[in-house]
Amino acid sequence: MRNFVHFLRHEIRVILFSASSYVAGVLFLLLMGLIYWAILKGYTVAPQEDTPATQFFRIFWIPAFFVVPLLTMRSIAEERRLGTLQTLLTTPTGPMVVVLAKFFAIYIFYLFLWACTIAFPLLAAEMTSVDQARIILFDPASLLGGYLFVALSGALFIALGIFCSSLTRSQLVAGMLCFTGLFLLIAGSRLLLEVPLPKTGPLKALNAPFQYFQTFEHLLDFSTGIIDSRPFVYYISGSLLFLVFSVILVERKA
Amino acid sequence: MVSLVPSIRAVELTKRFGPNRAIDRISFEVGAGEVVGFLGPNGAGKSTTMRVLTGLLSASSGEAWVAGRSVAREPEAIRHLIGFMPENNPLPEDMRVTEFLRFRARIKGIHRKQRKSRIAEVIELCDLHHGTERKLIGNLSKGYRQRVGIADAILAEPPIVILDEPTIGLDPHQILGFRQMIQQLRGRMTLVISSHILPEIEKICDRSVILNRGQVVAAGTRSELREVFSPGQTYEIRVEGSLSEVEKRVQLADDSLVLRDSYREPEGSVRRITFSSNSNTNLVPRIIECLQGPGLPVIQEIRIRRASLEDIFLAATKRSWEENAPRTEAAPASEEPLQQ
Repeated sequence: MRNFVHFLRHEIRVILFSASSYVAGVLFLLLMGLIYWAILKGYTVAPQEDTPATQFFRIFWIPAFFVVPLLTMRSIAEERRLGTLQTLLTTPTGPMVVVLAKFFAIYIFYLFLWACTIAFPLLAAEMTSVDQARIILFDPASLLGGYLFVALSGALFIALGIFCSSLTRSQLVAGMLCFTGLFLLIAGSRLLLEVPLPKTGPLKALNAPFQYFQTFEHLLDFSTGIIDSRPFVYYISGSLLFLVFSVILVERKA
Repeated sequence: MVSLVPSIRAVELTKRFGPNRAIDRISFEVGAGEVVGFLGPNGAGKSTTMRVLTGLLSASSGEAWVAGRSVAREPEAIRHLIGFMPENNPLPEDMRVTEFLRFRARIKGIHRKQRKSRIAEVIELCDLHHGTERKLIGNLSKGYRQRVGIADAILAEPPIVILDEPTIGLDPHQILGFRQMIQQLRGRMTLVISSHILPEIEKICDRSVILNRGQVVAAGTRSELREVFSPGQTYEIRVEGSLSEVEKRVQLADDSLVLRDSYREPEGSVRRITFSSNSNTNLVPRIIECLQGPGLPVIQEIRIRRASLEDIFLAATKRSWEENAPRTEAAPASEEPLQQ
């Protein structure tokens, strides 16, 4: 466990010294700032049903598609390409510590980037003198629910990214695999609902698991303040599964 | 006190990659405190053997023990016993030398109180001081990068250090520095060094293990190997006179003397002639005696040439090829040739 702390510190340092982290961070905040601005602009044009936070978190998938691959693609693939992975594995640090430290370092950075977006409602509240607007901007249910969803889904997305990075030596291939995986996870699960299932018979039962994988449905619940335990099971077990596979791959393919 | 348990013991170790055997039933031992060279042509299985010993690869069959502990059953313990520098010495380019060593010291479990002194010690030992320790690893020359790799391998003072091709790409000055460094480590830990730069191994190592096509073809000290692969003596004579006359006179000294090589030196009329004999008796006085007299060729120099590690290596690998050739031909069509 002590090794994990040392290794986590090292990995955080690697992220902070890596150009791709800053590229991902700047792109993320720029894009999210523009989106938030566009959402607020929509309120000046016509009344909206949802709070700005609900609308803001609804586009979580846009940054996820590029930030997660950018942050995760080099994690293990680059270590394997350079050969530094084998020098790590010959120290008392086991593959589990390596994978977990990389996962948590990237996860912390991912959460930090999302945490920076709290500046958007803060700035917007600073600009307005209308109390009602301030209340809407800081609607606690949608803000807390939204951030909780981001934290929960982020764990799965980053674990998927780490897994893709452990499959190959090429950062580019890892990035593309991660993008495809995220697309299948987020958009592909929505396509499952389009599968024409019979109204009767055993196949009808597939409808329930298909609903279980709907990331957008989870977001909708969270951003309206409904905290259901099922998404927790889905995201945490999914993350663990990808991390276990990553540990096996790192051990086998060092 | 020297430990009676061998530092490394491999028994019938085999590693298959698909149908190919990178190493094939190799067995050897490395005693505590020894400096052992692993020799072999490219693809002989040196790196695979080292990776199996460090636990990076699992053996397909056979077993290896490091300081009496099984590599397969106690991988955690093995990691505390071995310092390893892999081939090409991979290092993080964006870290400074001390920063890297500090990180490695932490993950190798060196106690906080000892960390600083131990890092200072390896920096001194590997000649990484005078500002080098503050440089980015990516900006270091090949020689200094090798030193950083070795510093990392010996940092936690493991009883066994395995260095895979540590002299590759080094210039003569750097090789000399490396040799001095190994001399300083001698006796403090068991060192296993792989290389195909034979003169280096010859100068550094107490014993050699020669691998070829995944098999141990020879193992022992240089004199032991010489007895097996290059018995007898080789005489090199620098002489003024005709070759036929010299050959005739030398064979009078002893029947076992056989002409091996002859060439005229570029300047002057001196000829360098090599004779070999399967007899271990020193025939120099008799050769001189036979070449003395009026009208006979004039000896400029005569010396016994001991078989170098290179000669032994060539003889050992040649013998293994010769021994394997009929077996390969006789093998059924479905059987894959042994290669890495």
